[in-house]
Amino acid sequence: MNPTLTIFIILLPFAAFVINGLLSNKLPHKTAGWLAVIAIGISTILSWQTAVSYFLQSEPYIRQLVVNITWLRFTETLQVDMGILLDPISVMMLVVITTVSLMVFVYSLGYMQGEKGFVRYFAFLSLFSFSMLGLVVATNLFQMYMFWELVGVSSYLLIGYYYNKPEAVAAAKKAFIVTRFADFGFLVGILILSYYTGTFDFITITNPENPAIISMTGISFMGISVLTWAVVLIFMGGAGKSAMFPLHIWLPDAMEGPTPVSALIHAATMVVAGVFLVARMFPVVVFHAPAALDVVAFIGAFTLLFAAIIACTQTDIKRILAFSTMSQIGYMMLALGVSGYGHEGLGFTASMFHLFTHAFFKALLFLGAGSIIHALQANDIRQMGGLRKYQPVTHILFLIACLAIAGIPPFAGFFSKDEILTAALASHTVYFGIATLAAALTAFYMFRLYFLVFWNNERTYAHTPHESPAIMLIPMSVLAGGSVVAGFIPFGNFVTSDLKSLETHVHLNVAVISTAVALAGITIAWLFYKRKSEIPDTIAARLGGLYQTIYRKFYIDEIYLFITKRIIFNLVSQPLAWFDRHIIDGFMDLTATATNWISAELKEFQSGQLQKYAYIFLSGVILIVLVVLYTYS
Amino acid sequence: MLLIALILVPTLTALAIVFAKNSKQVKVMAAAGMSIQLVQSLYLLYVFLAERASGNTEPVVFYQRFPWYNSLNISFDIGVDGISVAMIVLTAIVIFTGIFASWEVEDQYKEFFISLIVLATGVFGFFISLDLFVMFLFFELAVIPMYLLIGIWGSGKKEYSAMKLTLMLMAGSALLVVGILGIYFNSDSNGHHSFNILELAGQTFSMNMQRIFFPLTFIGFGVIGALFPFHTWSPDGHSSAPTAVSMLHAGVLMKLGGYGCLKVAIWLMPQAANELAWIFLILTSISVIYGALGVIAQTDLKYINAYSSVSHCGLVLFGLLMLNKTATTGAVIQMISHGLMTALFFALIGMLYSRTHTRIVHEMGGLMKVLPFLSVCYVLAGLASLGLPGLSGFVAEMTIFVGAFQHPDWFHRFITIVAVSSIVVTAVYILRVVGALLMGPVKNDDHTKFHPATWYEKLATVTLIAGIVIIGIAPLWLSDMIMDSLSAILD
Repeated sequence: MNPTLTIFIILLPFAAFVINGLLSNKLPHKTAGWLAVIAIGISTILSWQTAVSYFLQSEPYIRQLVVNITWLRFTETLQVDMGILLDPISVMMLVVITTVSLMVFVYSLGYMQGEKGFVRYFAFLSLFSFSMLGLVVATNLFQMYMFWELVGVSSYLLIGYYYNKPEAVAAAKKAFIVTRFADFGFLVGILILSYYTGTFDFITITNPENPAIISMTGISFMGISVLTWAVVLIFMGGAGKSAMFPLHIWLPDAMEGPTPVSALIHAATMVVAGVFLVARMFPVVVFHAPAALDVVAFIGAFTLLFAAIIACTQTDIKRILAFSTMSQIGYMMLALGVSGYGHEGLGFTASMFHLFTHAFFKALLFLGAGSIIHALQANDIRQMGGLRKYQPVTHILFLIACLAIAGIPPFAGFFSKDEILTAALASHTVYFGIATLAAALTAFYMFRLYFLVFWNNERTYAHTPHESPAIMLIPMSVLAGGSVVAGFIPFGNFVTSDLKSLETHVHLNVAVISTAVALAGITIAWLFYKRKSEIPDTIAARLGGLYQTIYRKFYIDEIYLFITKRIIFNLVSQPLAWFDRHIIDGFMDLTATATNWISAELKEFQSGQLQKYAYIFLSGVILIVLVVLYTYS
Repeated sequence: MLLIALILVPTLTALAIVFAKNSKQVKVMAAAGMSIQLVQSLYLLYVFLAERASGNTEPVVFYQRFPWYNSLNISFDIGVDGISVAMIVLTAIVIFTGIFASWEVEDQYKEFFISLIVLATGVFGFFISLDLFVMFLFFELAVIPMYLLIGIWGSGKKEYSAMKLTLMLMAGSALLVVGILGIYFNSDSNGHHSFNILELAGQTFSMNMQRIFFPLTFIGFGVIGALFPFHTWSPDGHSSAPTAVSMLHAGVLMKLGGYGCLKVAIWLMPQAANELAWIFLILTSISVIYGALGVIAQTDLKYINAYSSVSHCGLVLFGLLMLNKTATTGAVIQMISHGLMTALFFALIGMLYSRTHTRIVHEMGGLMKVLPFLSVCYVLAGLASLGLPGLSGFVAEMTIFVGAFQHPDWFHRFITIVAVSSIVVTAVYILRVVGALLMGPVKNDDHTKFHPATWYEKLATVTLIAGIVIIGIAPLWLSDMIMDSLSAILD
């Protein structure tokens, strides 16, 4: 296949965006929807073709610049290009993004049917796919940053899709601002890196032998090399997009968007952009900024456990899945953070592998949740139960996804998680412990959700819930297929840190431990939630304040609210506005008033009255005489 | 290309309007005249690029000289470089859209449109002049009609605002007169003093002279460029001004400041610029972040946009003071980008106000539902303002930041990072307004009965958006055009 055709992978969704966007009140719903589906469909076919022909090459894989045009020139040497870089991770991402996009687009045809903003929805969705694809094939940091911002705005527009709902508007705003704050770090990191290396180009800046990069390790600021600073700041951007602690607060709220959007953007693709970013920078980080990699591992491990704990207490189906996403991305970050290079690069491969498998089963979980919400018009799992009777297909597909995420063999999540645990074990026992504990928690909260929704008390519904239409179930089935078979892909042959293949195999001890803890988690969930039971409430009551703290997500939102509302708004902005009006402008007014006053006083001297002139004249004479007398006497 | 036509067309249009019989005729004439002006500005852009492509590397092209007052060596020197061409196109777009944004003016319409066009004439004259004296003359020609336009057709405490604005700008002009005369009397071209910028640029003034007159000219132009702490005329001025006047004022007039700072203060007195830049860099970085934080507490749409202009125009002067080609190019792109964006904002605010009769954000809400077209335009303007890639603001800001970061010392690093942090604050205030104004439920039942956007409103907004998108998607030609012209100024 001619590699320049890859450009159409990106341009087709863009075309769909432009057409649907410009004609949003003229196009019939059906035309608009299918237009977007066909565009992304062709992109998907092209992506798979690209992947097949790319991975059929003999190893080691090469980094291939397929298209590269100059977009903007900053200095003679520093310029921004727009182009397509094909290497194993970008090709893998092309496949993931287009495939999940296609499934979500098709699903949306059913899910969003009859919505008033149907065309707008597909326009934004196409915009998102375009931006995300542009992000992963970026040839340079700056192009990546641009598309990074574009996915941010697509996410903003889609979270705020129901713009009549104040919660959705607030959530959209929050998502954009929190990630913008993270991008501030990203941008400063880019500035630092580009200043020292004189380029944005990925191939040059990620080359560990690049002398400019090596010289950056020699310059230090506050005891840390500028390279580490740059990489950590860039990672801040990644942490924001990937909802890593403490920049995670936007993701649960982002669930206000339509459910297919959550599946595509806030589960499978956009939120893993941070992982992708770290993977992109990996060769240089692992050799020259190992401290930054420790930060990645630490943040990843912390978020992994933190989010898994919160997920056990939540009651909104989509929020549970959101916390689960955070936790799973924590796995990916942890794996990258503990990875070495070349032969020791298991963590890198594991991370990409988990990204790949997670995209399938997490998208499926969200689409399943969408199918349930579509039927019940409710999000709260306490109002659900016994749904396996009403939605048998959704039930089976959802169960497959749950087994996959819990890491039960032979489902996809088992294989990727196994590699991550092995990598963690090779690095530090604490990381292995955290990862294993989180695996148990994952199995527990997923099956808590599963049992509460599909089993538990058989309630009667006001409207009998119906199974979703085929147009929704077919894409779900495809994703379920992926969740079953994706684990058997020999990922080490394709995606590695050094572009050469890596021997990977299931590590038996780790596999036994992880499967055992997953089964334990499932068993506890089964005991607690299969039937109506008092145990969970009793435990919650026993834990008291601790439970409340977890349920309230450790009060992180409240802390942020305090900083933004109380400090920035009330203590900075308001006083500043007052200062501007009353002090600075007051001074200007004062100048004018003073001028006025002086002129009013002075004009008395020119009143035109003879008597006054005579009086002033005489006073003057007397004054001069007195002065003269005084000085000469 | 006869540059003089750029002044003649608006002058003739203003004269023709005198003979118009009714408001319809006035508007048609104004629209026709400004359409011609827009077309010839675009033509100028085309022939300028063609001239450069054909290998003409003169600092200024289409140069013409008409002796005027020989004993003082004042002559009517005109010519353009890439920067002035860009500013001329910007001005033509803004005045063109401003006419359509004023389509509903019925009160003393003749005088209104004449003043508006005279103001624009001053701006066009300013951008083509190469003689400091003539340049100053045009500067004043642009400022004076502003007083009338706000004082007569304004709203709110219009007399106060008009007076304040004029007095503060006049104070700036007073500094400028001293600065320009200082330059003149210290110059020596073949035994004469000179006002001609090109001749002056060839000379090196003594350091003592530069230390006095650089600050004078920089502050003189800085006042109209909303340099902190001389920016307070702007919020009051904008809030009282009629729509088209706000558009022209923020869109074009504030750019005279940046343009003058570059072409007069920095070009003619580079050593002092180098030595004293740090003082003004502190002031401008304050402008950037102070303006942005100040917006958050505002509730009136025009105040919001005025303070945001303080922040964005602060970035213009900030970029200029970095004194390298990249940041300066960014500053010029920022002038254009801000010009288009803020004209769009003010146009939209005017259009909303003509329907809702309020500019207080929390008295509106859910306008997306009742006024979809205008609301989408507002969102686009907002996204341009917060620097979304694909729209012009991003190109400008990034060029400034990258340029500013080329200074390796900690002082520049620090203020650059301060300036960069404004991207977060900008996002906060833009999204607050977009959320409160356009989204959510419709707050006021009367707001459901609005008439949709009219053809002239659509024409104005779409023209401005087109400019923003073109620069945002394909910025290379523009930045190259500007950067080429900077060789003469900064090297």
